[in-house]
Formats: sequence, structure tokens, C-alpha cells
Amino acid sequence: MGALLEVNGVSKRFRGLVAVDNVSFAVPQGTIFAVIGPNGAGKTTMFNMIAGEFAPNGGTISFAGERIDGLASDAVCRRGVGRTFQIVKPFMGLTVEENVIVGALLHRRHVGTARTKAHDVLRRLDLYDKREQRASALTLPDRKRLEVARALATDPKLLLLDEVMAGLRPTETDRIVAILKELNGETGLTILLIEHVMRAVMALASRILVLHHGAAIAQGSPGEVVRDRAVIDSYLGAEAIA
Amino acid sequence: MSPIIARLTGGVPRRALILLGLFVLFMLIAPALVGDYLLTVLILVLYFAYIGQAWNIMMGFAGQLSLGHALYVGLGAYTAAALYVHFGIGPWLGLLVAVPVAVLAGAVIGFLAFRFRVAGVYFAILTIAVAEFARVGFDHLSWTSGSSGLFLPVAQYTHNDLWHLRGHPAMFYYVMLAATILVFIGSRLILKSRLGYYCLAIREDEQAARASGINTFRYKMYAVMISAGMTSFAGVFYAFYYNNLFPEQVFSIGRSIEIILAPLVGGVGTLIGPVFGAFVLQGLAEGLHALLDTFGVDIPGIKHVFFGVVLLVVVIALPEGIWPWIARRLGLAERN
Amino acid sequence: MPLDIYLNVAAGGILAGLVYGLMALGLSVIFGMVRVVNFAHGEMMAIAMYLALLAFGLFGVDPLLMIVPCAAVLFGFGYVLQGALINRFITRPEHSQFLLMVAIAIIITNIQLIAFGPDARSVQTPYAFDSYQLGRLIVDADKLYGAIAALIVAAALFAFFRFTRTGTAIRACADNYTGAQIVGLNVKRLYALTFGLGCACVGAAGAILMVSADVTPQFGPIATLQAFVIVIAGGLGSMVGALLGGVLIGLTAAMAGLLFTPSAKAMFVYGILVLVLLFLPQGIMGKKPS
Repeated sequence: MGALLEVNGVSKRFRGLVAVDNVSFAVPQGTIFAVIGPNGAGKTTMFNMIAGEFAPNGGTISFAGERIDGLASDAVCRRGVGRTFQIVKPFMGLTVEENVIVGALLHRRHVGTARTKAHDVLRRLDLYDKREQRASALTLPDRKRLEVARALATDPKLLLLDEVMAGLRPTETDRIVAILKELNGETGLTILLIEHVMRAVMALASRILVLHHGAAIAQGSPGEVVRDRAVIDSYLGAEAIA
Repeated sequence: MSPIIARLTGGVPRRALILLGLFVLFMLIAPALVGDYLLTVLILVLYFAYIGQAWNIMMGFAGQLSLGHALYVGLGAYTAAALYVHFGIGPWLGLLVAVPVAVLAGAVIGFLAFRFRVAGVYFAILTIAVAEFARVGFDHLSWTSGSSGLFLPVAQYTHNDLWHLRGHPAMFYYVMLAATILVFIGSRLILKSRLGYYCLAIREDEQAARASGINTFRYKMYAVMISAGMTSFAGVFYAFYYNNLFPEQVFSIGRSIEIILAPLVGGVGTLIGPVFGAFVLQGLAEGLHALLDTFGVDIPGIKHVFFGVVLLVVVIALPEGIWPWIARRLGLAERN
Repeated sequence: MPLDIYLNVAAGGILAGLVYGLMALGLSVIFGMVRVVNFAHGEMMAIAMYLALLAFGLFGVDPLLMIVPCAAVLFGFGYVLQGALINRFITRPEHSQFLLMVAIAIIITNIQLIAFGPDARSVQTPYAFDSYQLGRLIVDADKLYGAIAALIVAAALFAFFRFTRTGTAIRACADNYTGAQIVGLNVKRLYALTFGLGCACVGAAGAILMVSADVTPQFGPIATLQAFVIVIAGGLGSMVGALLGGVLIGLTAAMAGLLFTPSAKAMFVYGILVLVLLFLPQGIMGKKPS
């Protein structure tokens, strides 16, 4: 059985700068897969290519057996890939509830049923009580959860999370980690996340990919990756394995 | 019936509904209460409220600033008028042709703009250019008498002919009132539908909207086409109410700017905004005229300077419009 | 039609185009540096034209001599406008700023309507009917003088931006707002200065244009659109592009007027605008809009 997401030899150049260099990896269905690496390593660029923001210069991306590289972002979402943004982009002028309804409307024609689904998702993400508030009035951690909720409402098979823990306090981080574990455990949702917060990565991921200067320098289970010489030298530092 | 009522009124505070009801009631009996002159003013108010609402769908819902909406008014007006003058086809049948013409124009503009990523201010300029193109084009169109003007035959009305829209101003008043109420209800229904949610999402953040699976091109097109179609009715009305059409006037950029004043002043993106704005603007203008009259002063063109000043003040101090500000203070704020 | 007529019309178009190019140059400077879409641009030119008209009517001053006074008045107007009003809109969404200028345009146009009435007014200079013979070309004196004046003003502006400290500072601001602030440039003052300069261009262009054209209150909006066509076709933010665009539009409009009907000129120009907006939004010389 092929993996849910297969990235093969993908590269991306921006006017002479190589952002992603011949990267390949596979995300099996039902796993939580983390992509880590120093800033500028090409992680978000990789994400953006998977999500359809732009096409790779080389290589292929397949989702559920079908090529998705080069598809527009809305088409990719319709195929079952949900995503959050590194810099949160909720619909500021809309309420929390409305934000998630927008996501839920993807697979539901009727606003009523979309609202029901939205409420379910909001309850799971602990945002139900704030559903009537404007997104602009939310704190950053809440906005991040709102984005996750909105993406979840689109019934994705794969959820792309871009540094969703950034800027959160440890308690909030733990909260999201718990929610993600629950989602993955209960629904089998496959999650691909970019993260710097190693605590979250180690708690969640069953496989890790390490990028550095656009290239994959290590790939494997958390235990393997964290002890990899190259990874320690370039990113983690020796304390990480203490 | 009741799910539609629920959809219409859901989330609106009770006192707002009551106020709205009273207002509609007043508008229904107004012709019996006001004199002839005020009636024509009210017709103008409703006209601008209607068009403002139609324009609002493109701007307030989908975030596309159109400064060439006079194009759709003109297309509607000329289509219906020409059909009447040349073939004796009444306005309601003419509407069946006028609306598709306007919708097609909107579709072309939308397609070109969205396909070629013409957005924001550039989009506004594009709409201006197309309207101007039409203005000069119609000047040369002999089938509609070009720049010398297209005139509809006006007979003395002995009775109200609703089918041909000939008659007493009160008839026009009720037609416009009905249209404004319908467009208001229609906008509300759209807003609460999937189309409405998607348009709002696009307005807020197009990239995030796409990431949520929305085909932004398609929904922007819907907004533009619906707006264009709705506006063309106002054009048909205009033709049969004023009975003369000149390209210089009908398609002029001054008209396009007039169209956006009411929603901008009242509140873009809100439902009440355009209606409120229309009343405020015309009301204040009339007040200004009355004031000047008492001093025996008559300055033609002062009305437009006044509108410019009002717009200036609103843009600087109350960018979301006067209505949202008032609504919050009176506790009438509905969740938009 | 004999070649001579084509050449004469073309020459006339190019000369007129240079003056419109100067007007568009002002718009380009304003957009390129301050990122304001000045929808009241043509209306401001109309102000200058009316000023020149008044000066001629009251004191018999030739409009070409009003170039500096008009430029100065419009400079002051622009400087104050930017400083007092527009600067507040730097952080607002772009259509907010655009609408601000729309409001100002409405006010200007209608005040002109009230003050001067809707009829066309013009100035009759002593050389209004003179012409020069250059080989096979017959060139109108007023257009020729106007074009030369426009080139001189444009050259002065280029020199300012190239060679003076303030000019360089302005260009730095345009490139990098935050960077300029860090280096200690008073950005708001520079913005006001730039806007003022753009308006000064327009003032000069208006005075020049009064020599050969009529002015009506309706001229403002039309000139604004024309400026946008030129600037968008020539490249938003490119000074050379504005002048080139002006010449191009002047030339094509003149030829269109000759080959089709005179009023089709306008359609042609708007048609070009639509095409450029669709296919070449960065214009011939400009950078891609962000």
C-alpha cells in the first residue's frame, strides 16, 4: 500500500536561490510526521508546494495515489489536504464560528449542517465558548487553534500544520499536542507538521524529516534522527539528546 | 416558509426588527403623507438605496471595488429603452433581455480581471475604463440615437400602466420600494448562504479562502454577475422614469461615483448601510438646499461639493460607515 | 491622404503627448515614491489651468510664464494635503486612500463648476496661430513651446532626483520605507515633499496646457484617466516611462483621430488602458506591481 503522501525528488528554485533540493519522503496514512530544521531550511517552501501555493521546479508530489504537484491550492484542499499558515490567517472580520463554517461548507452545501459540523470541531478544539467572538478579538494561541479548526472542518485526510506551536506557552503547547494526538488516535487523521518546538515534535511524531539548506539530511524515527551526527551539528545541538 | 424567516431574522436583535418593520410601514404609506416634490426625492433615495445595495454585493461581499457601475445601469437602461422605442416591448419583458446583457458585461469584466489578476485599485481603474469605453461607444451607436439622446414617448397618464411603467410618480415609488425591499431580502439570504460565506471569506483573505477549498475565481464571478444583473434593473427603471437617455450622462463616471456614495457613507458590507446612506445623503442635501433657500441663495453644484465633503469626512473618521457606528450605540448591531 | 498630413498630425500628437507626459510624470512620482493613487490628479491640473486662465484674464500674463507660479501653488497644495491628510492613510488599506482622493476630486471638480461654470474657457496667446516650418513638417507654435517647456520641467525634476541629497533621500524612501526610517530620514516630511513635487509637475503641465487647450470642470476627471492610462502603459513608478507613455498615447490618439473619427480617440485610449491592465500591468518600463 502506498503512503498517503509521496514526495519524490522535489526541488524549488527562486531566481538562483535553491530553496528545496531534491527532497523525497513518504508519509504513511495515519501517522504524525514532523519536518524540522533550522530557519531557511526550506520547510515552509516544501509545505507550500504540497498545499498548491506554487509548483515545484522538479519532482512529483502524490496524494492518495494521484499527482497533486501543480494543482491550485483550492483544488488540493478539495482532494483532502488541509493546512494552516505560519503567520496565522484567520478571517478577521468573521466570528470564530463563521470561520469554521467556511471550512465546513467545502463538503456541505447547507449552512445549517455546516454549522453543526463547525460546532463539533470547535468543541474538539476547545473554542466552542468563544464561537461568537470576532477572530480579530482572539489571542494568538486561540487564533492558531481557530486556523486548525477551520482546516479540520474541511474533512481533510492530511493536515499540514506550519509551526502551529510557535509563540505558545508550554501549557498551551501541551494542550494542542493533546488535541492532535486525540485526532490522530480517534480518527486516523494523518498529520504533517513543521515544528521548532522539539518537545511537541518528540511527543507527537512517529517519523521525522530533517531539512537543512533545502536538502534532506536525515529521515527516520525520532530516536534515530535525534542521534544523527549531521542533525546535531546543524540544528539540535548536543543538549537535545540529554 | 419558517426556515426562510429564521434565516432572514436569525441573529438580529428584536428591537432592530421592530424598527425595521415600522420603517417599512412608514415607507408604504409615505405617498399619502408627503407632497409631490418629496415623493420624487424619496424615489431618488430608494433608487440610490437599491443601486447601492447591488453595488455592495460586489464590494461589501466580495471585496471588489467597482467604480464603473454606471455601465450596468446604462446597459440596462439602453437595452430596455431601445426595445421599447423600436419594437414596443414593455419594460418587464425588456428586463428579460437587459439583465442578461448586464450580466454578460459583468462576466466579461470579471473574467478578464480575475483571470489576469487585476485587483484592488487596478480593478477599479479597469471598471472606470470599461464604463468610459461604453460612454464613448454609445455616443456613436446610431441604433440608440448616439449622443443626441434616446427618448421614450411620454403620453399624458390618465391611469397607471404598470406593464409599460407609465403613470403617476406614486406608481414608480412603489415599484422602487418593492425592488429595494426585494434586493434587501435577497442580499440577506445570499449573505446567510454558502455563496455569502464564501464571498466574505474571499473579501477577508483570498489566500486563506483558497486554502479552505474555495474556488475564488468562480465565487468572485458570481458576485460580479449578480451585482451587475441587479443593477441593470435600476437602469430599466431609470429609462422609464426619466424617459430620456444620453450616453454622456448615463455612463458618466460622475454617476458611478454617485452610486458608491450611499453604501460608503452608510456602511459597506452591511445590509442597512446603503439604505441608510441614501437617506442621509439625500436628506442632508435637501436640508442644505432648504437652508440656502431661506437666504435666497442658489448655488448649483453645491450638492455635489457637499457629497464630496461627506465622503471625505466618512473616509477619514468613520471608514466603516455611519450605520455601524450608530447601530452599536443603539444596540441594533446585528451580526453582519 | 498625403504623407504630410500624417506627419503633421503625428508631430502634433507627439508634442501634445509630451505635455501629458509631464502631467503623468507627476502621477508616477507620487505613486512610485509615496504609493498613493492620486485620483484627483487631473482635477489638480484643472486647478492650475484655471489659475493660468485667471492670470491671463486679469493681468494678461502668458500661461507659459505661469509655469513656476502654478507649480509653486500646486506644490504647496500637495505638500499640505499629504502632510495633513494623506500621511494618516499610509497604514490603511489601499482602497481607503484611493477613496480619499476620490472625495477630494469630487470637491475640486464641483467647486470649479460653481466658480467658473460648465463652459469651456480658453486663452488666446499672441502666437496662438503661429506655426513653424521644419522641412515638410508644419508645427504649431503653441504646441512646440509647450513641449519644450515640458521637457525642461521634466529635466529639472530628473536632475533633482538624481543629483540632490533630498532627491536621493526620496528615492531611498521609495525603495525601503523602514530602512529609510532607521537611517534617520524624516519619512513623513519626505513624503509630503514628494507629493508636493508630483503636484508641482501637474501644476506646470496645467499652465503649459492652457496655451493650447480649453478647460472645463469636466476636464479634471478626463485628465485623471488619461494620466492613469499613460502611467500604467508606461510603467507605474518609472519617470521615463511616464514621458514615453505620454508621447505614445499622444501619438496613437492623434493618429486614431485622423484615421477614424475624432471622438473615437477616447475609445482608443481606454481600449489601450484595458489591454495594458490585462496583459502588461507593469507597463513598458515599470516594475511588477506588488
